[in-house]
Amino acid sequence: MSAPLYGLVLAGGRSSRMGEDKAALRAGGPTQLEQAMALLAPHVARAFVSVRKDQRADPLRGKFEQIEDTREDLGPIAGIVAAQERFPGNAWLVLACDLPLLDAATLECLVRARAPERLATAFRSSHDALPEPLCAVYEPGSRAALAAYVARGRNCPRKFLMGADVHLIDAPSKRALDNANTPEEYAAAMNTRGAAPAAATRRVTVQYFALLREQAGRGTESVVTAARTPRELYAELAHRYPFTLDPSVLRVAINSEFGDWSASLADGDAVVFIPPVAGG
Amino acid sequence: MAAADTPVSAPFQFSRVPIDVAALRATLADPACGGYAAFEGWVRDSHEGQRVRLLEYEAYEALAVREAGRIVAEAVARFGVRHAASAHRVGDLRVGELAVWVGVSAPHRDEAFRACRYIIDEIKHRLPIWKKEHYVNGDSGWVNCERCATAPQEHAHGLPGAHA
Repeated sequence: MSAPLYGLVLAGGRSSRMGEDKAALRAGGPTQLEQAMALLAPHVARAFVSVRKDQRADPLRGKFEQIEDTREDLGPIAGIVAAQERFPGNAWLVLACDLPLLDAATLECLVRARAPERLATAFRSSHDALPEPLCAVYEPGSRAALAAYVARGRNCPRKFLMGADVHLIDAPSKRALDNANTPEEYAAAMNTRGAAPAAATRRVTVQYFALLREQAGRGTESVVTAARTPRELYAELAHRYPFTLDPSVLRVAINSEFGDWSASLADGDAVVFIPPVAGG
Repeated sequence: MAAADTPVSAPFQFSRVPIDVAALRATLADPACGGYAAFEGWVRDSHEGQRVRLLEYEAYEALAVREAGRIVAEAVARFGVRHAASAHRVGDLRVGELAVWVGVSAPHRDEAFRACRYIIDEIKHRLPIWKKEHYVNGDSGWVNCERCATAPQEHAHGLPGAHA
């Protein structure tokens, strides 16, 4: 039986080459951090953002559960170590927040290929065939080895995976794991994404009424989601909240008009799931 | 909707305070009309054997107002009535309070009655309005929702009688 999967988005970097916070970059839609969290959501029971101590108060990072680095100046490996220390029994789906071309299909491919009996499952880089450490699944069994590696003064997660028992797979698309460390790289990635038919995630507003409002514990929220249709969105939300209403008894409204369960959701849409009505 | 040459009455409105029936009725006055029919829905003190203490109404107002406009336009087109107006309360209502009101004026009584019946039936079936019943025994529940998880078909939207 494989260990339950938790998600970790690495957003503790200093973004010094980018010149601005990489987690907060956005191209019209959600920020890179929100997009990464949304991509993780369907695959994990809980998702966290990895932060440095001085990032705790940042409002963007404050929207999510956080895991604070326990070691300083180690780079991204510090986030993985801290997550494994806090929840040693879980496997971790780790994502860097600066993968602007990462899409749902690529992540799904990784999770499906997961080999829980190995220390990790990772993509083979399309550039140099080496493991991609920042879009990978780390099993609980990797914790001791990773801690020992760090204790030896090492901090390169890629070299750690190169020396570990890792299940390596090929990514479905060549550029999905290209990271963007500089404004030029980010602009190039945005050009590539602009040519693609659909962005990976969208931000929608969901408004809840009556029983759904009570079960969600809120009247409205902004959701960054990889769901393409209201049907997928309700399934995602039903995972998060204790909804008792089957979609077969609900209707859906998009932007204050009755809509279709299989309509394409667009960035900025306002979605309402309508419980059985009882006016009069 | 009302024709251009007649007094303007909003086809439907929500109210957080008691509905002013006299004011709404006045918007339907028309020398060409010889018939006026109205329906009032009141909060009843029991539901399926439970003693009801309070009703809590909630609505998705933006969509409900649009859909109600369509219902009233359908009634005007279908029955040839001259004017129709309606209102629904939101918030907490005690037993005996007016929850929903529909009024129609027409040249003759038959179309007024039929249009009024049509509008209230469609309001109950189509508008995104919900009520939570608070019972004398302390329990509460959203009407038509609480049993959906176990018997979805019985309360599915659009089925005749589902929201009787």
